[in-house]
Amino acid sequence: MNGSTLRLEGIVKRFGHTVAVAEASFEVADGTLSTLLGPSGCGKTTVLRMVAGLEAPSAGRILIGGRDVTALSAAERGVSLVFQSYALFPHMSVVENVAYGLTVAGVKRREALARAEEAMAGVGLSGLGARLPSELSGGQQQRVALARALVLRPRVLLFDEPLSNLDARLRRKVRDDIRALQQRLGLTVLYVTHDQHEALAVSDNVIVMRQGAIAQIGTPRDLYERPADAFVADFMGEASLIPAEVEAVADGIATVRAGELRLSLPARGVAPGGGARLAVRPHGWRIAEAGLPATLQRVSYLGATLEALIDTGFGEVFAVFPVGSSLPAPGSAIRLAVDTTPGAAALIPEG
Amino acid sequence: MRLTAAAGWAAALVAALALFRWHRPPGSEWWFMPDPGASALALVVSGAGSLLAFALAAAALVLVALAPWRGVARGNALLALSLLAAALLVLQGLAVTHRGLVLPALAPLFGDAAPQPGLGGGGWLAIAALTMLAGAGIAERGGFRGDAFLAGSVLLLGVLLTLFVFLPLGLMFAEAFQDRDGAFAPARFLGLVGGRDVWGLDCAWSSAACGAVWNTLLLGVLTASLATLLGLAFALVYLRSSMPGKRWLRVLSILPIITPPFVISLAIIVLFGRTGIVSVALDEWFDIPRSRWIYGLPGVLLAQVLSQAPLAFLVIVGVLEGISPTLEEASGTLGARRWDTFRRVTWPLLKPGLAAAFLVNFVESLSDFGNPLVLGGNFEVLSVKIYFAIAGAQHDPAQAAALGLVLLALTLGAFLLQRYWLGRASYVTVTGKGDSGLHASLPRRVDWLCRGVAVPWAVFTLVTYGIVVFGGFVADIGRFDLTFSWQHFERGFAVTWQDGLFFQGSAWPSLFTTLWIAAVAAPLTAAVGLIAAWLTARQRFPGRGTLEFGTLLSFAVPGTVVGVSYIVAFNVPPFELTGTGMILIFCFVFRNMPVGMRAGLAGLSQIDRSLDEASASLGAASGTTMRRVVLPLLRPALVTALVYSFVSAITAVSAVIFLVSAEHNLATAYIAGRVEAGEYPLAIAYATVLIGIMLAGILGIQALVGERRLGRRLRVGAAA
Repeated sequence: MNGSTLRLEGIVKRFGHTVAVAEASFEVADGTLSTLLGPSGCGKTTVLRMVAGLEAPSAGRILIGGRDVTALSAAERGVSLVFQSYALFPHMSVVENVAYGLTVAGVKRREALARAEEAMAGVGLSGLGARLPSELSGGQQQRVALARALVLRPRVLLFDEPLSNLDARLRRKVRDDIRALQQRLGLTVLYVTHDQHEALAVSDNVIVMRQGAIAQIGTPRDLYERPADAFVADFMGEASLIPAEVEAVADGIATVRAGELRLSLPARGVAPGGGARLAVRPHGWRIAEAGLPATLQRVSYLGATLEALIDTGFGEVFAVFPVGSSLPAPGSAIRLAVDTTPGAAALIPEG
Repeated sequence: MRLTAAAGWAAALVAALALFRWHRPPGSEWWFMPDPGASALALVVSGAGSLLAFALAAAALVLVALAPWRGVARGNALLALSLLAAALLVLQGLAVTHRGLVLPALAPLFGDAAPQPGLGGGGWLAIAALTMLAGAGIAERGGFRGDAFLAGSVLLLGVLLTLFVFLPLGLMFAEAFQDRDGAFAPARFLGLVGGRDVWGLDCAWSSAACGAVWNTLLLGVLTASLATLLGLAFALVYLRSSMPGKRWLRVLSILPIITPPFVISLAIIVLFGRTGIVSVALDEWFDIPRSRWIYGLPGVLLAQVLSQAPLAFLVIVGVLEGISPTLEEASGTLGARRWDTFRRVTWPLLKPGLAAAFLVNFVESLSDFGNPLVLGGNFEVLSVKIYFAIAGAQHDPAQAAALGLVLLALTLGAFLLQRYWLGRASYVTVTGKGDSGLHASLPRRVDWLCRGVAVPWAVFTLVTYGIVVFGGFVADIGRFDLTFSWQHFERGFAVTWQDGLFFQGSAWPSLFTTLWIAAVAAPLTAAVGLIAAWLTARQRFPGRGTLEFGTLLSFAVPGTVVGVSYIVAFNVPPFELTGTGMILIFCFVFRNMPVGMRAGLAGLSQIDRSLDEASASLGAASGTTMRRVVLPLLRPALVTALVYSFVSAITAVSAVIFLVSAEHNLATAYIAGRVEAGEYPLAIAYATVLIGIMLAGILGIQALVGERRLGRRLRVGAAA
């Protein structure tokens, strides 16, 4: 079933001579949540705004449930956007805000207000309808924005950095609420964020963007454990990149050597004799008897973990150790080994 | 099912073709009312072949617009057919005039063409409907993000600017540069405006008069210099001195806005004319002989400075308020004395503001028509010369057009200079950022100098306005007869009861016309201005630059030039409008729209764009967004736009004096007539009435539109 599957085909957006989105094609399957993830200025919000109908693509097609909506106005698409700033109408009460889309569509005022109250109850805002948006807390405003979008039963729901205006404590709760709601109602959602933790936590699929192009599409696990390139590896949770030589490949497992390190990792298409890069996450480093010779430079105590900067022959690497680890004093010579479990280290095929 | 934009405008097009009078018969008063018997359809049925092609194209367009399917293909068809119909409409109007077919090459298309007058209500409605249908077509092809209202309003604004700004100026240009055969003839232009009366410099070495261009420039420079200096003194006293009662200076700055034309000039004549109060007093007490010195440069200069100094004040106050106090405080903490701080920090920051004030006043002086008309005497300036080229004995529109181009070149030059040379520095906007701190107080000498200038001038201004109010109620203030009398109000505004209310006074017709025209023009002006602001600030579309330029142009063109260009453009079919109330309304709308636009832009800059987008995303078409989200939040700007356009529709004279007619006379034109006839007290009494009406109007608009409600309100009971 693809009742409200969202599909982008070859979407390009130019502003004058600047290319904001070079080429974007992807699909958000019906009832799933995909995030657009990338650093600021990568074009993710522009893609979202094109799906919403707030910008017209320079080339390409947007389809919802198989129907081409590229030429339709924002109002005609059955798509609702929850804005980063919430964009609540300051001159209307909360319930009028939520009922706005219904009254605009011609629903009778009384019925619209009743349905708005219902939608507000659904996000835990009962009894606040008569207030003005300025009289609510940030988290409440966010829920009003959500209720206002949901009450229209949109075929596709869009979120533009919904957590960015909330304080750190509230973020996890709202994030989990959004995910729970999406799964309960079977919504098709496209969600923009620049925070990879957020993306990993809420998504069925993540679309990583860089400089207007899609860098990789995959499940959170795919992206974290099998990054397509150095950019994705680093963006999905910092990674130190080390050049490596491929010695042998057997049964999909490559044996690689980087200085005095020798590791066996999923081959991911690398060939013997060729080059590859080894991406090691901070928690992938171990202090060992044998391995890469290195010098411990600095250690910071962070409560649950210890963060360390370590000088190696390949440059400085960043490592995280459990707080119980016994580390030698800064300046000491140590040897580093690498944990090869998925997610701790991976080969980057591009070389 | 809800009505689509295309279907709605198709219905309007049908009405335009079948219900409304297609033509406007000369002299017809109700030419825009429904009259199926004289509609385009009736004309085609009765055998007027020249409209057949247009009617067929329009019929095809209506069918396509009402078709149930939609998509890119229909968008193409809508666009193509509406362009075709519009082209045929314009072509037919140009080819067939009241002399019959004048473009014989088009005979195969228009067949037997009976002579026809200009377009009537049906014709104008059809133009609007075709424009909006073309917009619906573009939107359906995916243009303007599929938004029919947006596409339609951009196109409509473009069409209106073309018709009422670019076209008149272009035709005026043609009038001045074309010979009888329509060929380009620069020699003709030189012949019209190359004379000694325009460029002569005789006054430099003889007692003969100088040319109008030099007079105009001299007056402009003097007025702008004096007004800027006065404005500066007022602004410094208002913002930086400790003088008690300084807040009242702000009230003075509002006066010129609600001052009908000629009022200042008349007050000056009443004070300083040959039989004026001051002249008589000087003659009797000090044996200073009475003279006519006030007629000429001194009088015009005095009148212009009186009316324009507040304008400079407002500009300079804006800049002075924009100077962050922390800069002056920094100077103080670095050891500078008050004089150093003023000379080396405040003054340099103020200079762009002074330049802006100078240029604004210079342009205003060049455009001024009322004061030189009354007080100019032999001192001839361009605006008055243009007026007499049309209204004088020789009635020479070509010369008026040529002079108009000279004046336009001067004002546009100054305007562009101000805009591009000074750039944004001239209009420092107050950001509302919490920039705390105290401004340095003025150095003592500067403070006293400013007070010494500002206070006497403020008193003088008040006396001048006092004369106006007072003068209406006494027998003859011009000859110093100060016995109380109602006679002037009676002549103008007597009401008697003869089988019903009968408005006997001679001023009533012009007052009624003024009021209904202002009442119609003000909301239209505000609407067009705010929509233009919204389009240029919030939307991206091709041609936005041209649109902005058009609105700027309509602001920079002096009123007299607008008047002449409208006469040139709208005296002949197909767009024949002279003598109607409509031409006055259009004139007001396009002259005052830029102010509404500026107010709208300022308001929009405080409203986050995401609100518009949220509305669109929630399913509202942009028309609905405009009505339910943007307009309610723009209320302060709406009030400004309404007030300004209402008031200036009442006080405008320079453009409309060319456009009024016997049936549609305006208050200012009536006052001009009384001034020319020497009936000063009646003119003054009428001006008093107008000021009262404007004050009532401003309060009424404020009460009607009200305030926007965003903040906290009182709640009863506990909140969850």
